[in-house]
Amino acid sequence: MAEFLIKNGFVFDPVLGIKGDVADVAIKDGKIVETSALRSPKVIDATGKTVMAGGVDIHAHVAGPKVNIGRNFRPEDKLFNCTAGHGIERMQGGFSVPTTIRTGYNYAHMGYTTVMEAAMPPLYARHTHEEMRDTPILDQGAYPVFGNNWFVLEYLKNHEIENTAAYIAWLLRATKGYAVKVVNPGGTEAWGWGLNCENVHDPVPYFDITPAQIIKGLIEANEYLGLPHSMHMHANNLGTPGNYTTTLDSFKLSEGIKPNSKFGRAQVMHHTHVQFHSYGGEGFNFESKAPEIMDYVNTHDNITIDLGCVTLDETTTMTADGPFEHHLTELNHLKWANADVELETGSGVVPFVYSANNKANAIQWCIGLELGLLAKDPMRVFLTTDHPNAGPFIRYPRIMKWLMSQEARDQQFDAFKHKDKVIEATNLAGMDRELSLYEIAQMTRAGPAKALGLSHMYGGLAPGLDGDVAVYDFNPNEPYAPDDIEKAFLNAKHLFKSGVQVISDHEIASNGNKRTLWVNARANENPQVMRDIKEKFLRYYTVTLNNYEVTGHYLRNPHVIEVDATQ
Amino acid sequence: MTRTVTDVICPFCGTLCDDLEVVVSDDGKDLLEVYNACAIGAEKFLHSQAKDRITRPRMRQEDGSWKEISYDEAVNYTARMLADAKKPLMYGWSSTNCEAQSVGAEIGEAVGAVMDNTATVCHGTSLIAVQDIGIPSCTLGEVKNRADRVLFWGCNPAHAHPRHMSRYSIFPRGFFTGKGHTGRKVIVVDPRPTDTASLADIHLQVEQGHDYELLDALRVAFRGEKLPDFVGGIPKAKIYEVAETLKSGRFAIIFFGMGVTQSIGKNHNIDIAIAVTRDLNEYTKAAIMPMRGHYNVTGSGQVWGWQFGFPFAVDLSRGFARYNPGETTSNDLLRRDEVDAVFVLGSDPGAHFPFSSVKKIYDLPSVVIDPHETPTSEVCKVHVPVAFVGVEIGGCAYRMDNVPIETRKVVDAPEGMMTDEEFLTRVLARVKELKGV
Amino acid sequence: MAIRVNLITGRTIQQGVAMEAGEEKPAYTTACGIIELDPADFKELGAFRNTNVRVTSNHGSVVVKAVEATQGPHPGVAYIPMGPWANMVVNPNTYSTGMPTFKGTSVQVEVAKSEPVLGSLELVRKGCRGELS
Repeated sequence: MAEFLIKNGFVFDPVLGIKGDVADVAIKDGKIVETSALRSPKVIDATGKTVMAGGVDIHAHVAGPKVNIGRNFRPEDKLFNCTAGHGIERMQGGFSVPTTIRTGYNYAHMGYTTVMEAAMPPLYARHTHEEMRDTPILDQGAYPVFGNNWFVLEYLKNHEIENTAAYIAWLLRATKGYAVKVVNPGGTEAWGWGLNCENVHDPVPYFDITPAQIIKGLIEANEYLGLPHSMHMHANNLGTPGNYTTTLDSFKLSEGIKPNSKFGRAQVMHHTHVQFHSYGGEGFNFESKAPEIMDYVNTHDNITIDLGCVTLDETTTMTADGPFEHHLTELNHLKWANADVELETGSGVVPFVYSANNKANAIQWCIGLELGLLAKDPMRVFLTTDHPNAGPFIRYPRIMKWLMSQEARDQQFDAFKHKDKVIEATNLAGMDRELSLYEIAQMTRAGPAKALGLSHMYGGLAPGLDGDVAVYDFNPNEPYAPDDIEKAFLNAKHLFKSGVQVISDHEIASNGNKRTLWVNARANENPQVMRDIKEKFLRYYTVTLNNYEVTGHYLRNPHVIEVDATQ
Repeated sequence: MTRTVTDVICPFCGTLCDDLEVVVSDDGKDLLEVYNACAIGAEKFLHSQAKDRITRPRMRQEDGSWKEISYDEAVNYTARMLADAKKPLMYGWSSTNCEAQSVGAEIGEAVGAVMDNTATVCHGTSLIAVQDIGIPSCTLGEVKNRADRVLFWGCNPAHAHPRHMSRYSIFPRGFFTGKGHTGRKVIVVDPRPTDTASLADIHLQVEQGHDYELLDALRVAFRGEKLPDFVGGIPKAKIYEVAETLKSGRFAIIFFGMGVTQSIGKNHNIDIAIAVTRDLNEYTKAAIMPMRGHYNVTGSGQVWGWQFGFPFAVDLSRGFARYNPGETTSNDLLRRDEVDAVFVLGSDPGAHFPFSSVKKIYDLPSVVIDPHETPTSEVCKVHVPVAFVGVEIGGCAYRMDNVPIETRKVVDAPEGMMTDEEFLTRVLARVKELKGV
Repeated sequence: MAIRVNLITGRTIQQGVAMEAGEEKPAYTTACGIIELDPADFKELGAFRNTNVRVTSNHGSVVVKAVEATQGPHPGVAYIPMGPWANMVVNPNTYSTGMPTFKGTSVQVEVAKSEPVLGSLELVRKGCRGELS
């Protein structure tokens, strides 16, 4: 394979602790190597430019059934933005729910090389894998959802951790999944009857278990197996004013549990899109509780979070939180798709317009940024928009701008129709912190890679890591306007993925060699769980057990992470 | 000796039953018996074994007779026809696997085709309605395990989806539905007392074409407002009764079919059926599902969804994807002479399009890829027989509730026959050569 | 003697089986080259069961065999299973939805004892060549 030497760039790398020093980065045989290991490299002149590892997105909805519902039921999302193919690029379309092809290219243009699909309904795993297969360049994995799964509910009712773990191992293998995802634990099962679980002690109809038992049990099962990633959580009561207490209650369920993983992560719970879970107040008079949330996060090092920043765009919300989407369509009266999945989960999709003229939306915008600015350890707080829920992923560079520039934030405040009321309900206006590029690299590269248990592959520029490197037209040592940040990080000059140059001078140069990551956890033989699985398929599923497992050809280029949990 | 292949997926309708058992000869060449399938599904498997099956491509001669040609010639003819056309129509894509659909989409992109699938004459109007109002739905297992109110509107599963009622909707005993049939109230709305209606607790024999009014009347009845004495031929007392039956359930499901999608009103009929479902969610839990016809029409909508963003009627002729039903849909294009070549795979428009459209296909350069001899092959210039997907080759298919299932190969295709995917891959390569890309 | 009825089309299980068994075969004609009429309409038409009839709409004309409705009664409504016979007469207008109006076409039915019901391939072939009467 080709050798590359990226010379003289300003390097930001939390793994090596380089904070903008001029340095060279060498790539050979798909990996980062010492510069001395190169023989006749192609030299990329990065003088005056910023160099980072490829970005890692820990949470985005980019592939699978509900994403495709969003695409197919929103032709308006493609109005005036479908583009022709040229060179090796195929046709593309869509803004908040882009086609898979645009998804791959747009992430690459931002310098991202790894993106995790945040919620895979197990019964629809094939669909998710087919879409990931058709997403160029990116390494991807998908999180099957567990928080409303009947097996899990029945095992955890009696706190049967070993059985839960055996089932998780089986399902990860059957679906070729990456991690344990939990969405509105118990609430989505309740939605099967049009109901919900509004706090961690609200019992699940019929199953006689509380969300708290589900959350704690899944953390324990996750650590029993020692999976690369921790349990990945979307708590109950998303989006409701006053919900921060539920969020804190959910956080507290991780207390006293220590990580058991050989993959270098330090957390036992990753809580996603925390912006949606940090609301105080009541009704439309809601307010930011970001400080209370971040006080907890900053003082408890066994949890990580991602932001879920509102970007003030028209977008498409989609989540396995079925009751929430119903609530949303009642609120905005836009079209509503719902897809409940037998024995496993549910989901909903509703378009949403976040407007600078809407006080509530402006407060949401503040909360997302407050969480980022209050973070004491950017290695545990990651930049996301819960794409496309709080905004499309192509706004990440805009969020970087807001996090890095008080001037940019002030400009946005001035554009709010209800500026004074927004300032009153939030804390952002009083914050003068401006994140550095090093901190941004922590939040978008090293941090998420570590939390995913993938710091041996991604997130940094240390020799031995994958050759994922982005070069941006940005000189941090010269004066710049806030908008220059967004412009530069939206359009990487060069990008290398596993040692292949996929972007050359801002143009897509290769479709890369995308991989699908999944976790093969081997647990002890568990005849009871296997019997339960057979029984449920025989009696309640509408596909047979033998037609459930996703087989090889859905993953054209799999990368299996082996976990041995036999004991 | 024979062997039995279990868990076989039936490649006929959108019910996509996956519990068939097929007995094949030891050498894997002959298919002997089919168990668990409905009459249509069994026939589909057994017909693949017909001795008079066409196994090589053929080209129509001047005198109307067929001449056998090689697959190479067929690939070349197809690629040239598509590459030379300004705006070819590539239609069908419903009786094939997602792998072939995906290659087909790449060809369409390379030649600037209009891509349309059988939804255009089936549930295309439902897809339009979903774009207007959304769709609260669920998997069929939710119906099996939870539904206690089942409404069939303008569909006749007893004939069109024969095992639907026993596997999912009326008879099965599920987790919360241990009483099976007796625990469910079944309502059928149809202008004919169909065989499905004979299983119903309530049959509303609506006047043909008056579905919109009757659905609207249900919304009125949910709210307890006043109705005229008759709506769509149904007395108001009956409408109030049905409204109450639906509201009082724990989980209501509405299945709908061609009776509403093809009657006058079209997408508006579906709009209001979905609005009825939305309304019901104010009182209880409710879902609605189109009874998709072909076993993988749903899949082609999914594949195009993630590749282009639209589920049918995708016009790629300008170099980027456009979607405008009524303009970019097959029958409108054909009737208005807006396409200059026709490629058909995995469908039979010769039998199922209005004749005025069929005549246009006859007048144009045309190729059909189909294991069967059909009215479509009768009007096309080249007919390419291929292996049966789901019988002689596997591949992904999407059930009517969008659940993807991988179909199985149970026997070998006759020697030397290509699959859809192989043929399309060859055509794509040849198109690229011709286009110089 | 002719009657006017409202024509709908759609799947029957016989249509499905015959289609999968081969559309070129006589069984397909038996399953689909028919029109199901209500007994009341038979009476008005003054025809016996299993008589060939000519069905004509504003959009075309076709000869099929009249049989008694299997899923009736539905006076005033006639049914031809989906297929080339029905498609000779259905309203092809999509009204800008892409969907031809397969259901709800006003047709005239008259006895045509001496005219044959063509097989599917012959029907389509002759139609395309303008050889149908």
